[in-house]
Amino acid sequence: MHIPDGFIDLPTSASVGLLAISGTAVALKKARTELDDRTAPMAGLTAVFIFAVQMLNFPVAAGTSGHLLGGALATVLVGPWAASLAVTVVLGVQALLFADGGLTALGLNIFNLSIVAVLVSHICFKLAKRVLPKIRSSIPLAAAFAAFISVPVSAASFALQYAIGGTGTAPAGTVFAAMFSTHVLIGIGEALITMLTISAIISTRADLVYGWKNNKVTLEVKKA
Amino acid sequence: MTEKAEKSLKKFYVGFFVVAMALAGVVSYYASSHPDGLEKVAENEGFLETAKNSAVSGSPLADYGIAGLDNERLSVGLSGIVGVVITALVGMLLFKFLKKKS
Repeated sequence: MHIPDGFIDLPTSASVGLLAISGTAVALKKARTELDDRTAPMAGLTAVFIFAVQMLNFPVAAGTSGHLLGGALATVLVGPWAASLAVTVVLGVQALLFADGGLTALGLNIFNLSIVAVLVSHICFKLAKRVLPKIRSSIPLAAAFAAFISVPVSAASFALQYAIGGTGTAPAGTVFAAMFSTHVLIGIGEALITMLTISAIISTRADLVYGWKNNKVTLEVKKA
Repeated sequence: MTEKAEKSLKKFYVGFFVVAMALAGVVSYYASSHPDGLEKVAENEGFLETAKNSAVSGSPLADYGIAGLDNERLSVGLSGIVGVVITALVGMLLFKFLKKKS
């Protein structure tokens, strides 16, 4: 869901761009609280992994594909602030080197995928964790739920930008309905990939999963 | 961190990176080439033609290929590997910088 240049007019792109810059500035400040010797490399690797998996478009419906957005995956792995920055790094590399997503649309894409998707994921993940049993195997499920919700909400965020500054002639309501329904399907793929990845990582190195570590108030120190 | 724990941590990081490399470098060739959700909606709702070429559409890596390399498998795979390495460099530097300042 990378918006190319031209879909949204420049005033809207610039305004949302300012929001994206402000959000990223806050994330840069707050991410410091989440990053230590172990999580900093993990955040970098999360960006790398998201870049790679975003190349893997999967078919969803007749003639349509989708790919991971990664907001939920990153949020569960490294916490929301570092997650937002990780996704922004990916979007920057894609827009600047791969011509994937426009340059004037970069702020729109950062807003939808690094801010909206991550924020929604963070909230949904926390809510799901509260409802599910407090065991490790709940984490991939909570992550899947967050992933599933984050995709259509990000699509709705695009539809809102289209309603404000879309250059096309299609009515905003139609675009919203089409974006939302298509991305509910893509959200299922997002949920599956997120769940599988978190399951794999949590079963090998649960200590590196922010969303699980952060469950515990006190740290257990195991004596060797 | 004990030496042993540090070693196993490094092993995990390397493993994670290798998986990403394999996905971008090899598996990417098998990805669906259908338009993604947004592109499809734009096509159906008649606003796909409002898209403009990005200012970097002439990039040698544009659209996940290597300019001038005709072998599709090599072209996609190599562009993926280049992307993984660049993302790793940018990401590692950024997060290392942020961490140190804390």
